[in-house]
Amino acid sequence: MGSESTIDIPQLVSDVQGRIDQSLSLAELDEVRVQALGKHGLLTAQLKQLGQLPKEERPKAGQMINKAKQGLQASIEARRVELETLALQARLASEHIDITLPGRGQAPGGLHPVTRTLERIDRWFANAGFRVEEGPEIEDDYHNFEALNIPDHHPARAMHDTFYFDAHLLLRTHTSPVQIRVMEHNPPPLKIIAPGRVYRCDSDLTHTPMFHQVEGLLVDEQVSFADLKGVIYDFLQSFFERELKLRFRPSYFPFTEPSAEVDIQCVMCNGAGCRVCGNTGWLEVLGCGMVHPAVFEHVGIDTEKYTGYAFGMGVERLAMLRYGVNDLRLFFENDMRFLQQFA
Amino acid sequence: MKFSEVWLREWVNPPVDTETLVDQLSMAGLEVDAVSPVAGEFTGVVVGSVVTRAQHPNADKLSLCTVEVGSDDLRQIICGAPNVVEGMKVPVALVGARLPGDFKIKKAKLRGVESQGMICSAAELGLADSSDGIMPLPADAAVGEDFRQYLGLEDRSIDLDLTPDRGDCLGLSGVAREVGVINRSPVTPPSMNAIEAVNQDRFPVELEAPAACPRYTCRIIRNTDPDAQTPLWMQERLRRSGLRSISPVVDVTNYILLELGQPMHGFDLRQLKDGIRVRMAAPGETLLMLDGSELSLREDTLVIADSEKVVAMAGIMGGEYSGVAPDTTDILLESAFFSPTAIIGKARSYGMHTDASHRFERGVDPCLQRKAIERATELLLDIVGGEPGPVVEAVSEEQVPQRPEILLRRERVHRVLGVTIDDQTIADILQRLDMQVDEVPEGWKVVAPSCRFDIEIEVDLIEEIGRIYGYTEIPTHRGSAGTLVQSEPEVAFSLERARKILVDRGFYESITYSFISREMHDLVDPEQNTVELSNPISADMSIMRTSLWPGLLQAALYNQSRQQNRVRLFESGLRFIKQDDEIKQEMMLSGLICGTLLTEQWGAPGRDVDFFDLKGDLEAVLALSGAPDEFRFTPGTHPSLHPGQTARITRDDQPVGWIGMLHPEIEAKLGFTGNLYLFEINIDKSLDGKLPDFSALSKFPSIRRDIAIVVDEQLEFSAVSDCIRQAAPEKLKDILLFDVYSGEKIDSGLKSIALGLILQGTSHTLTDNEVEGIVGRILTSLKNELKAQLRD
Repeated sequence: MGSESTIDIPQLVSDVQGRIDQSLSLAELDEVRVQALGKHGLLTAQLKQLGQLPKEERPKAGQMINKAKQGLQASIEARRVELETLALQARLASEHIDITLPGRGQAPGGLHPVTRTLERIDRWFANAGFRVEEGPEIEDDYHNFEALNIPDHHPARAMHDTFYFDAHLLLRTHTSPVQIRVMEHNPPPLKIIAPGRVYRCDSDLTHTPMFHQVEGLLVDEQVSFADLKGVIYDFLQSFFERELKLRFRPSYFPFTEPSAEVDIQCVMCNGAGCRVCGNTGWLEVLGCGMVHPAVFEHVGIDTEKYTGYAFGMGVERLAMLRYGVNDLRLFFENDMRFLQQFA
Repeated sequence: MKFSEVWLREWVNPPVDTETLVDQLSMAGLEVDAVSPVAGEFTGVVVGSVVTRAQHPNADKLSLCTVEVGSDDLRQIICGAPNVVEGMKVPVALVGARLPGDFKIKKAKLRGVESQGMICSAAELGLADSSDGIMPLPADAAVGEDFRQYLGLEDRSIDLDLTPDRGDCLGLSGVAREVGVINRSPVTPPSMNAIEAVNQDRFPVELEAPAACPRYTCRIIRNTDPDAQTPLWMQERLRRSGLRSISPVVDVTNYILLELGQPMHGFDLRQLKDGIRVRMAAPGETLLMLDGSELSLREDTLVIADSEKVVAMAGIMGGEYSGVAPDTTDILLESAFFSPTAIIGKARSYGMHTDASHRFERGVDPCLQRKAIERATELLLDIVGGEPGPVVEAVSEEQVPQRPEILLRRERVHRVLGVTIDDQTIADILQRLDMQVDEVPEGWKVVAPSCRFDIEIEVDLIEEIGRIYGYTEIPTHRGSAGTLVQSEPEVAFSLERARKILVDRGFYESITYSFISREMHDLVDPEQNTVELSNPISADMSIMRTSLWPGLLQAALYNQSRQQNRVRLFESGLRFIKQDDEIKQEMMLSGLICGTLLTEQWGAPGRDVDFFDLKGDLEAVLALSGAPDEFRFTPGTHPSLHPGQTARITRDDQPVGWIGMLHPEIEAKLGFTGNLYLFEINIDKSLDGKLPDFSALSKFPSIRRDIAIVVDEQLEFSAVSDCIRQAAPEKLKDILLFDVYSGEKIDSGLKSIALGLILQGTSHTLTDNEVEGIVGRILTSLKNELKAQLRD
């Protein structure tokens, strides 16, 4: 046994260190660790043999072995960190991708520009406390005309090219009949808007036989033309998201008195005059007025106690101005290349 | 209403330029539609006189003329017009002139002969759309005078788009009154004199329908000159107002129509027997029209007749016996008031619309008739001469419309307009508008002038005050009306959300017409009863849709024919179904897909859409209800869907809609390439959701057991899942279907279904024994009820 005690520890350390340095993977490194420091490893064996040494040599030899062991452990740990770093770097390098390639999957579609516009209008008025109401598109003569103070043969009827089914049934020519239907069933105060499809028997460059309107109605005890001006002014400024000049021009609707048409400063040329505004600098966008007493009488609302205002606007017109669409007919062709522009 | 600005300024001439004037009119409610120059732009044109005319030596159709264009200033001009004659006064474009279209007149040789200018036609000067020859001028035109100056062409035509309430402005006098009110300028009508009768020839008039015609005036004028010509100044005014010159009698009545707004008529006295009868048409009566046709009159039609026949529809149109002929010398002038209620809608009901009916429908001033007939007589005598008789006036005073006396309360003015206007301003505005105004404690008693048919109640006066005070001057007020807070029921199905889900899943929203063709309807939804328009724009748009599919299919076709083969569209809107005597108008949501599932992309394999792609989209929409499991998809048949790929959707046995593949026959008929899939659901209460109902979360782990069973190939999966749920209602939390397979290793006629069963206890972790027990029960049920075999 005496000969075994002469094992050259420094040589052993140097051999192991060499193998540590040359190890290329964590597995290989671990093998070296087991061979040198494991349960049956070379240095472990040396420690086990300490007892066979003379008592006086034991501390020194033990110290030397422990020192060698600690040195090798540190080397292995250092190499492990090194190998891990290398491995991570290699993985990262191998997993490089071209991040400019497009993403995968279903791209979203889009709402129709008319709906997009209607939703903005609805939201604005909803925030202002107006409730959204709907009505039938096949209407009767009474709600579409009679109750709105447009009796049979009234010249105003000529302004509505009406689609008829028979003497009494027609396609509503405006969203105003919703006013009547709401007032018939609900007492004031009332604050509603009515968006929807309307129909006129007219088809050319600037008319389609179907289009969309939003009607508004407010009935309460203290409502004046000045209030109407306020709501229209605020709405149009927020719809176009800019300061716009506005003018209220006297006009005529059988169901309002006083009545006005509202012009905005042309949004295309800022009022300088262009093709869109017919060189006037103004664009007509909306009709409005104070509810005519005859309308209130039809629905049994006390005209002394209540006043109200009503307004109506063409949605396609607002959408055209907002998005710069130059051909009304595009709205109903449903060309994907058109629709995709509003996604 | 179109008129010449210069003519208007003869009546009222405020110190404002054209632009301001036009703006004022629009802002007073008389919307100006267009302002256009009355002639083309040209310079260097003078009045000339054709002194000699000879044949061009080298051209049959050309004349060689000597034209005097100033004192002792003769020019040799070649003219191609057939109507050029010696002694004629004509407009001459001198060398150096510029004609409309920037056309320069130069010295030129025509067939070897020099021409020093051009004799012009009306069209060449922008005075007419087309001309037959050169423009003859009156003999008294001063040779050498600048032609623009001679005709007063520094003028504009102003076209008003009048609202139906403003019949009073369908004559220049009414427009002048408005301009005067706005500018506080005096209105100075031309002097209008009563013309004295030179004989006592009276044509008798009987008012047999005095409510419809309470006033009728007429006058005989004998021995007029049938060869007289309408003077150029009058022709020009008519032209600038959009009317053609026809003959002196017609021109004068048209002139009065424009000037005073009173429609008039000139009869040939030879055609009238005994007297005028203003009456309702008799049963079966007809009117011989100018074109020779016989018009059957209804009994609700007011007519002008003599003792034998109807000669005109009152206030609408004259017949064969109503007009003057080239040789007419004795004329009966008519100036009448027909009540709007008698005329309204009548012209339209006969398919007519005339300048007269347009005015009588809106209301002609009932006090204007005598003034108009005197003015017309004066103008006419100046042109055609003749001997006027006295004005015959038949009147039923009590039936002449009276303007009501209206109480105007100052409190009400404030309340409606939202602005306080002082008493003096209010009274002043009303007085300027020719209203009769009397102060009373609460405000005023007001009577509008007889021409203002639109002023009937208090608020009509308030509008007038607002209009003249200026809408712009009324303040902009905010927020007096209280906010009414209302909210939707929480469980209501949100169409807005549904649209967004579809958009997020790659759909574009379309909006198609609510009316479709009969063919398309019969092809797609033949079993539903339709509602049909009686006056469609075209046959392609005559049937109200009973489904949104025809519109979506047409939109898809439109896109496919424009190289857009991948189409994902949806629409929401009403459909219209006739059921017994009712028309059901139901809100629907429909979608269509075709082409590839995804746009072509590098990272995912390309494949065409199938039934389940669309079903997945629809299920996402139905999930909005919060109860997706309540919707049943059962095999069904629909006329436009593939019989093997059609599902009827129900909830609690109530129909919700359809989904399926377009029937290949229809696909081929419409010319599609590739399969299309469609869904349509009713947006109504049946989609409403449920309020979430919390149940405690289990603290115990869930356990998954996978099974694969073999069943008949025709067996629907819903039968399998129903069976499993019934067998283990308590502990079974979910069924994951992860494979459906038929083919190799599976006998033909069978299919393999692989499922993951998710089991969970609420009071403890399920033991192996419990799990085996549940799975065993499930397998037994499947075996007994569906003949399912466990696959090894």
